[in-house]
Amino acid sequence: MATEQLHHTALTLVDHLPILEVLVPFVAAPLIVVLGSRKLAWPIAFVASAISFVIACLLLLQVLDGSYISYHIGGWAPPLGIEYRVDAANAFVLFLVSGISTVILPYARASLEAEIPRRSTTLLYALYLLCLTGLLGVVITGDAFNVFVFLEISSLSTYVLIAQGSHRDKRALTAAYDYLVMGTIGATFFVIGIGFLYMATGTLNMADMAERIAVQSDSRTIRAAFAFIVVGVGLKVAIYPLHLWLPNAYTFAPSAITAFLAGTATKVAIYVLLRFMFSVFQPGFVAQVPTLEVIILPFALLAMFGASLTAIFQRDLKRMLAYSSIAQIGYMLLGIAFFSQAGLMATMIQLFNHGITKAALFMGVGAFVLRAGGSFYHHLNGLGKSMPWTSAAMVIAGMSLIGIPGTAGFISKWLLVQAALDAGWWPIAILIVASSLLAVIYVWRMIETLYLTESKAELQARQAPMSMLIPLWIMALACIYFGLDSDLTLSASRTAAEGLLAGSTGME
Amino acid sequence: MGMDTSTAILLSMILPAVAVVLNLVLRHRDNLRDGLTFVIAAATFAVVLVILYNVGNQTTAPLVLFEVLPGLDLAFNVEPLGLMFALLASGLWIVTHIYAIGYMRTNKEDNHARFFACFSFAIFSVMGIAFAANMFTLFLFYEALTLSTYPLVAHKGTPEAIKGARTYLGVLISTSIGLQLVAIIWTFGLTGTLDFTQGGILQDHIAGPMAAILLALYAFGIGKAALMPFHRWLPAAMVAPTPVSALLHAVAVVKAGVFTMLKIGIYIFGIDFLATTGASVWLMWLAAFSIVAASVIAMTKDNLKARLAYSTISQLSYVTLGMALATSMGIVGGGLHVVMHAMGKITLFMCAGSIYVATHKTEISDMSGLGRAMPITFGAFLIGALSIIGLPPLGGSWSKWMLMMGAVDTGQMVIIAVLLVSSLLNVAYLMPIVGKGFFIRDNAAAAPVKNLETSPLVWGPPAITALGCLVLFFFAGYIEAFLMPLGASN
Repeated sequence: MATEQLHHTALTLVDHLPILEVLVPFVAAPLIVVLGSRKLAWPIAFVASAISFVIACLLLLQVLDGSYISYHIGGWAPPLGIEYRVDAANAFVLFLVSGISTVILPYARASLEAEIPRRSTTLLYALYLLCLTGLLGVVITGDAFNVFVFLEISSLSTYVLIAQGSHRDKRALTAAYDYLVMGTIGATFFVIGIGFLYMATGTLNMADMAERIAVQSDSRTIRAAFAFIVVGVGLKVAIYPLHLWLPNAYTFAPSAITAFLAGTATKVAIYVLLRFMFSVFQPGFVAQVPTLEVIILPFALLAMFGASLTAIFQRDLKRMLAYSSIAQIGYMLLGIAFFSQAGLMATMIQLFNHGITKAALFMGVGAFVLRAGGSFYHHLNGLGKSMPWTSAAMVIAGMSLIGIPGTAGFISKWLLVQAALDAGWWPIAILIVASSLLAVIYVWRMIETLYLTESKAELQARQAPMSMLIPLWIMALACIYFGLDSDLTLSASRTAAEGLLAGSTGME
Repeated sequence: MGMDTSTAILLSMILPAVAVVLNLVLRHRDNLRDGLTFVIAAATFAVVLVILYNVGNQTTAPLVLFEVLPGLDLAFNVEPLGLMFALLASGLWIVTHIYAIGYMRTNKEDNHARFFACFSFAIFSVMGIAFAANMFTLFLFYEALTLSTYPLVAHKGTPEAIKGARTYLGVLISTSIGLQLVAIIWTFGLTGTLDFTQGGILQDHIAGPMAAILLALYAFGIGKAALMPFHRWLPAAMVAPTPVSALLHAVAVVKAGVFTMLKIGIYIFGIDFLATTGASVWLMWLAAFSIVAASVIAMTKDNLKARLAYSTISQLSYVTLGMALATSMGIVGGGLHVVMHAMGKITLFMCAGSIYVATHKTEISDMSGLGRAMPITFGAFLIGALSIIGLPPLGGSWSKWMLMMGAVDTGQMVIIAVLLVSSLLNVAYLMPIVGKGFFIRDNAAAAPVKNLETSPLVWGPPAITALGCLVLFFFAGYIEAFLMPLGASN
């Protein structure tokens, strides 16, 4: 008892915030199933998500100065016990994930009701919370194996969530199955990588691993571990040639689920990639292996152009946005490839800004699906008139996707181009702006369809319900707010980038 | 009046923004909506006059709203060029609004509320551009102007309008994001600031051919200045209803382009820096080429609005030329030309609209004899055309005079020749329209001439601006003195 008291010098609720962040949705999920009440499912999910969001805000405020919080689960000190470690990088991602989840839930109610049968909704909210738990857990934990466990929790629940789209379109089943196969391969690669690391270091605590890797001479085991982890996480990130699961998964999942996943899942995977590259393997190691220039950079560029070009030729708005997501992930990878503080900062801020932008866009798509019966361009004809609020929000979010000044997307583009110029990579800076122009084309296709075509008279769509419009507008206004006042996002991403680049020395 | 300048600057932007909202809210109440917008337009002009009264041609300290990125503020200030642009745009907004009401109603166009809302949004953007205290703020409103005028170009919703609007947006957005933004970020990387500073911010930071490349990124990136070869958007924009072509594509949008060009020359590069490094010599030749080439193309166009559009491309390059000459005379002449050309060209476009409303004729070859039926419209057209050509006693003569003086200062005899040739070309493509109108009789119209003039809301405004061209001739001295600080070397 006495020794345990030493670890728990203070037992106020505030000290337990890191575990509560994950625990609240984790406990709420089975609660929904046990209660089995259709009426209570949504309120429980919403409250749990909102609590997580509040906790994430509190955590972010604590670590914005560059410090970190280390929480020992059950009082077991690391490296034996599991450690939750919160610093600016992951508190920022926690803030994003829980924030998007909380805004989407009120929206999801009406959208899900229309897209899946009522009997499934209770379980769906439980799965949604499990998915949220997994994503938050991946981000907050400081234990490599724990990352894998939470990654699987989120992935497994995601497969089921996507499959729920089968009530509208049976192809959701094959989309979920594809993702299941590829996601499992990714997870397997990831766990093999961690196995190698455990073999080389004898520990699973990430900070501890980092120290032990740093003192070891460069071994083949560690290199193999690095390769497995980058490819495994790369599948989850949807790095360009590993992206094949994403378009179908996003297209056929229920709209609210797509909005949630697009704003969070790939962002969390990017975070894991960053965390392992910089905090576990250390910047020094990353500089030695030619991963950045041979793999990350070319594939980032391929994504920026290949996926953008594909997006232009889609006929379904939802699928177009899915391809655009792959292209935007390219920007985040590009920031990593610069291997500089400016570059990582651009990655972090793009991660956040694109998260809110894409969430807003997919929410708008959900409203169109609800009222116009689909998201193909021919469904959208003339909706600018019959659904003015939804369409206007889509225009705002679309501007942010392009990176028009005054929107969040502009801030990330600016930082990215600046990072490219800082590094003296002239041609890359030109390529970044060139690929933004491709975004102009596909966003403009959407705007022309909404505003400059006539709708068929018999298909007059009604305005979307308020419960969907308000969350949609919160996200759309966030796109503008974070484009004008970048104080919070900038300081968080700067601290995060500094911490990441400092490697383990930054974690001490 | 007891309004302080900061409040006035903000009001000059808030008022048009209010007009946007009012137009959307009151979309079913035509008279109330258009009446209130008129009141707001007048109030905006009054507010800008208050700024003029308070500040004169001094430069004020920036009013910083907030910091968007470190070192990048959303900030506004007053300086002579911006104030002149704000006065011009807000003053002509009143006239054009009256004209637009007449045009849209007589011509039975649809979607009035959307039209006037976008129109007001464009004016809001123009005010932001005029009072921007740094290049970042200017760029923000520059893009807002592009986006808010896109729905106006696409207004009719016909395949032709959509195609034109695509070209419009495509050229303007791709030049601004692809070139101008790169130039801005580059400048910021070099100097750590984007504030408009008398004498420029770039000296000691960049030299030799790199300065010329940076200037090229700006000059082509400012697509709104319609420098060849990025001029295609302007003829494409002519599918818009004529009030849009009049205020936006003869005044607000294109002038925002050359205004930005002047700002770059004066406050980012600095004219002394341009003169000593010779970074702008190539731009001078390109502008000279644009002036002549666009005039020649204008002669080949039979569509009246297309001819006027190419004429605008040519005249805009006068201003770019003034900046590229990098002498104080050139800069002030360029600034003066912004005003003079605006007054002349808006007259011509409103006349073109008046003809269209009355007869639905767009081709010059169909307009024989119309002058007798529409004496006020064609009279105004004549005065506007003479001002564009640069004949006294009309405003346009002064700015051309000053530009020539600027060319003399630099000893560029070829440029003087270009300016003379261009004036002759102006005569060649503008005067036949008037001549046909008044002197050639249409065979079919051998019957007694009946008056075709439509609503006074349509023919009144061009008559007013034609008068404006005349008045400007006598007040050019004031404007020149007002703009003089721009040419001061630092």
